[in-house]
Amino acid sequence: MNSLWSVILATMVKDIRLEWRSKDALNSMLFFSLLVVVIFMFSFDPLAEESRHIVGGLVWVGFLFASVTSLNQTWARELRNQVLDAYRVSPAPANALFLAKALGNFIFVAVLEALMTPLFVIFYNVRVVGPAWQLLPIAILGTWALVVNGTFFAAMSLRTRSREIMLPLLLFPISIPAVVSMVAGTTAILTGEESAHFYTVLLLTYDVVFTTACLALFGMILHAE
Amino acid sequence: MKRIFPILSIFTVILLAYALYEALVVAPTDAQQGDVYRIIYYHVPSAWTAFLLFFINFIASIQYLANAKPATKAAVKWIVIAIGVGGVVACFLPPVQRMLPTGMRPSAVATTVLLIPIFYFLIGKFFPGERLDMLAVTSAEVGVVFCTIVLVTGPIWARPVWGIWWAPGDIRLTSTLVLWLIYVSYLMLRRFSSSAQTQMLAAALAVFGALDVPLVYFSIWFFRTQHPQPVIGGGGSMDPRMLHVLLISWMAFLCFAFLVCWSRFRLEVLQREIEESHAMESLGSGSAKASLPLSRSSR
Amino acid sequence: MNDPSTSIIIVNNVIKQFGRFAALRGVTAEFDAGQFHAILGENGAGKTTLLRALAGLAQPTRGEISIFGKSPREACREVGYMAHPSLLYDEMSGMENLRYFARLYGIAGDARCEEVIRAVGLDPELTRAVGQYSQGMRQRMSLARAILHDPRVLLLDEPFSSVDVQSARAMAALLKGMRDAGKTVFVITHQALLLEGVADEFVWMHAGQIVDRTASLARSGSSAGDVQ
Repeated sequence: MNSLWSVILATMVKDIRLEWRSKDALNSMLFFSLLVVVIFMFSFDPLAEESRHIVGGLVWVGFLFASVTSLNQTWARELRNQVLDAYRVSPAPANALFLAKALGNFIFVAVLEALMTPLFVIFYNVRVVGPAWQLLPIAILGTWALVVNGTFFAAMSLRTRSREIMLPLLLFPISIPAVVSMVAGTTAILTGEESAHFYTVLLLTYDVVFTTACLALFGMILHAE
Repeated sequence: MKRIFPILSIFTVILLAYALYEALVVAPTDAQQGDVYRIIYYHVPSAWTAFLLFFINFIASIQYLANAKPATKAAVKWIVIAIGVGGVVACFLPPVQRMLPTGMRPSAVATTVLLIPIFYFLIGKFFPGERLDMLAVTSAEVGVVFCTIVLVTGPIWARPVWGIWWAPGDIRLTSTLVLWLIYVSYLMLRRFSSSAQTQMLAAALAVFGALDVPLVYFSIWFFRTQHPQPVIGGGGSMDPRMLHVLLISWMAFLCFAFLVCWSRFRLEVLQREIEESHAMESLGSGSAKASLPLSRSSR
Repeated sequence: MNDPSTSIIIVNNVIKQFGRFAALRGVTAEFDAGQFHAILGENGAGKTTLLRALAGLAQPTRGEISIFGKSPREACREVGYMAHPSLLYDEMSGMENLRYFARLYGIAGDARCEEVIRAVGLDPELTRAVGQYSQGMRQRMSLARAILHDPRVLLLDEPFSSVDVQSARAMAALLKGMRDAGKTVFVITHQALLLEGVADEFVWMHAGQIVDRTASLARSGSSAGDVQ
């Protein structure tokens, strides 16, 4: 157990250090989601009342697309010089690598969300009617829902041709219930018309189910050739 | 076995023709929808067939994964038995019964749950080893075809009856679409995989997809109850004559699906035999020097 | 002949197929402890695949490999693997790289990392990123990573490729020292002459099979010049 956490910590520190030096994923992700925000702004020109109904969808679709760039980067880093093989020949547990990558991605996407949310608020003139604090659990659970499966499927798509395009093809269908919950929950809170309780519970269920499934199957994915 | 195939083909053709006759001529016209409703005899049987095939795919995939290690094989076997027993018992406990949506009978749910262990052991018995994976790919491909029929006939039916092509909030429509998307991505993975363990990766994805289905169902179920859609579904019970035709139609579709699956499975077996023989050939061409040096300086 | 009791690596009729292509076509061999084995053969002879199978990176399609009586993956603590690519993060310094890999083997502290960097003749204080190293330095650092956990078996895939003759000689001497310290060393190389007098055995591979095992570079039917 102790070694599991020390490997997770070491891998996360290493990933953050690498990202800090190259800033590949973060820069491309930030700029990409900025573009999404701007394009949405030109495509939809809603009144304040309407924007409350649609901005939940726009925000999460933007984050979903942007997180794909980050997810592809995490494993691309390991393919350069085939460093992944160095991990595979080591006795470190496969799940430590998975958790480290998923947590690392979670941090990256969370940073992105923290930076981009104010932009959405400004451009769409959003004012929350419902209990705003409830957005936090939805954001945390929703982000984890995206990155946990994203990390898994990004690792899976390493073993395919044209892997960068493969990730969204695998990830998006599985993520639909999570996206529905995130969007509907956010909209529920923004408009204050209904309770977001159900969606929070559903997201939690989604997270628990798929985190378990990922941990059960990741060793096999890592050691597949 | 080989002689059964043509016999079964002829039988299926006759059954399909009979089902079409029943559907177009014998079945009574619907009081509200008129003749348009007759598409139900193609729409619903395709849906049931597709779901059955996806279910088979899920069972085969999970068994394929479980067989990778003897420990997991035993564990999954007992889990499946536990699901079967526990599920049936749970369906008759009052607190669980209250959670079931209205109109869903506990006995029906129990029977459905019982299908999991039954299918698990039947499939495990008749499809050992790599055949599990062949069954998985076969059922996924044919399932996607039938699911496509559902998704095409659905809007054709919906347009004249509901006045819209597609009801975005409808639970059956949307979850069928998501199911279709998941299995298309499954087939994509199989096609694009460059791995030697494609079967494993695909099986993992199939399990993820199956876990996703209840979540899809619940997310949309809640979505719909919050946002009422235009009138959906006939409501009320079905005319027994209509149900009769529907079941005949389903029989015909099942036979047809079975035939297609059989051919596809044979094709898959042959394909893998060819691969195998090519592989053996590439092994054989160089091993003319049969005596391999076991230790140094054998010459 | 080999005494079976000293054979630590047993390869039993290993076949490895990539689709229709067979990279290994029935390799059977036993290797002794504390020996220096040089694996020679033309491109596509299956040398790298054999090494990857020994490292546990490639699962044989058929056949078994046992290292100290265990499967390659179970024996991973006993095996050090140096691949053709560096297996290092280009953006980090050598010390940072090794510190990370040390954690994977449960090695805490910097002492061991500094020790292996010195052992391969580099300076642990070097702050330059590995991506800016010369090829020779990178090969040494790559070797340092492979010996980090003090494995008893070393698997090295072309450690002398694209380095100058002097560095290659230094590397060969380094490996000889490791053999003398009791390690079993496998080296894939195209520069067989470098290992003349260093290696205890030359293993010749052709078309996915081991075709010969000789004590010197002179081989019946071919000359050392062929592999240069």
